[in-house]
Order: sequence, then structure tokens, then C-alpha cells
Amino acid sequence: MSQSVAVNSNLDFVVRDHHAPNGTLLGFWLYLMSDCLVFAALFATYGVLSQSYAGGPTGAELFDLPLVALNTAFLLFSSITYGFAMLQMQQGKKHGTMIWLGITGLFGAAFLAVELYEFYHLIHIGAGPQRSAFLSSFFALVGTHGLHVMIGLIWLVTLLFQLSKHGLIQENRRRLFCLSMFWHFLDVIWIGVFTFVYLMGSMT
Amino acid sequence: MSDVHTHDNHAEHHHHEEAPHASFSGYMIGFLASVFLTAIPFWLVMGGVFESKATTSLIILAFAAVQIVVHMVYFLHMNFHSEGGWNMLSLLFTAVLLFITLFGSLWVMYNMNVNMMPGMMQ
Repeated sequence: MSQSVAVNSNLDFVVRDHHAPNGTLLGFWLYLMSDCLVFAALFATYGVLSQSYAGGPTGAELFDLPLVALNTAFLLFSSITYGFAMLQMQQGKKHGTMIWLGITGLFGAAFLAVELYEFYHLIHIGAGPQRSAFLSSFFALVGTHGLHVMIGLIWLVTLLFQLSKHGLIQENRRRLFCLSMFWHFLDVIWIGVFTFVYLMGSMT
Repeated sequence: MSDVHTHDNHAEHHHHEEAPHASFSGYMIGFLASVFLTAIPFWLVMGGVFESKATTSLIILAFAAVQIVVHMVYFLHMNFHSEGGWNMLSLLFTAVLLFITLFGSLWVMYNMNVNMMPGMMQ
């Protein structure tokens, strides 16, 4: 279908080709790399302050590893389901893309719900960000990651509407590619979080 | 003539836009490797397999590094030729900055704590 559109509108193609179609993907990759540096600073801050408990609770006392394992599973599942959405997109199947994208969104929402529950619980028992430098840096790092996931979810829902309205047009394919990079990137950051913060924090 | 030209353009266009061509097997390999590389660190820590914390830390950090590479290759489709190599170049540059930020901060702050507040080190 898109092919017939393309052949019919010569002008459209000439114009689009001058737009350097892959510029967006490279530009978005560069954004992700700069975002990576934001996380590098937050990881470094956490690394420096992770032993500064100020007489308050330690990571070993606070972290609930089974809950973290559940969250890790949610995010990993959402990565593979996003991959399936991309495969459906490559085959030009709009409905399949939307279904897998929806499942990805559900896993993302489940991740966010568990994380919000964890934050609520920590603040409730008096281990909020103001308790110690350790907890300030913990909330800053994990909270920033959670904020990214939330923005990814908003983007994902927006794309679902775009897809249902316009289908798998070139613009939507580009958006799907960008969100796929963003989503997999968040999973990469989470590897650092669960290893460096939760697992290593539970040992000390 | 114009028809052929357009068609060529179209094919090239698609080729460029969808340069990271994904496959089912690629995603499954990445997923299964990730499950494996996630489950073992959790098991090592939750099961208390090793006595030494340093040993466990080093092993789980190594697992994390391998898993990050797995995600980069199988999910983000990183290679040396996409976008003319600029993807990889920016990634390596970021990795260098990340390394300097992380280890630089930890190293400097650790030494400062040791030298300025010896009483506070446990």
C-alpha cells in the first residue's frame, strides 16, 4: 500500500529524500548518549554517597530483592515484547504492532506501579529522600529512571493513537524506531540500577 | 524512466530508514541470554553463594557488563557500520566519559575520605 503511494507521489519522495531520512535516528541516538551521561552523574553520586547512612537505615535493611527481581522481569519482558512489535511492523502488520505495543505498555505500567509502591512504602516508614545522603541519591537515581519510564509510557500511548489513526506510515515507523531505542536504553540503565544499587546495596 | 527512478529511490529509502533489520531469532537469543545473565546475579546475592562480598560484587558487575553488551547487540542492534559508524563512535565516546565520571568520582572521594576523615572509615 505504502509503495503505491510512494510511486504515485514523485514529489513527495524527492522532498523527503532531501530530508536525510536517517538523520532522526542518529540524532535520537545522540540524545540517548547524552541521557546516558545524566545517568553516569547520578550513578557516580550514588556511588559516592551510598555508605552515608547518617545513622539511618541501610540498603540491606530496606531493599526487597524479590520485588526488585519482579520489576526486572517486567522490564525485560517489555523489551522482548517491544521487539515483537518491531517485527510485526517490519511485516507491515498494523494490528500486530499495536497489540505487542499495548502489551509492552502493560509491562511498563506494572514496573512503574511496583516502583511507586516501593517509594511509597519507603517514605511511609520514614526512609524518604530527606532521611540520609544515601537515600537522597537513591531516590534521585531510581526516580530519574522511573520518570523516563513514565515518559516512555506516555509516548507509547500517543503512538498507539497515531497508529490507529494513520497506520504504519513512514513517520510512524520512524517514531516506533525512536521509541524502541528509548525503551531498550531504559532497560540497559536498569541493568546498572539493579546490579549497582539493589544487589550490591543488599550485601553491605 | 521516472518510474524506475522513483522505485530505486524508494528501495534505498527503505534500506536506510530500516537499517537495523531485526529478526525473531535475534530477539530470542538476546532475551534468553538476558534472563540467564539476570537470574544468576540475583541467585548469587539472595542465596549468599559466596562468603566474600568483594568476590560477589566483582562477579555480578561482570555479569552486568556482559548483559549490557547483549542488550546493545541484540536489542539496540549496535554494530560498526550503522549510520556510517557514528552510532558506535558516539557510544564509545560516551563510554569513556562514563568511565571517567564514575571511577574518577569514586576514586577521588574515597581518597578524600581516607585522608581527611580517617576516623570515619569503618
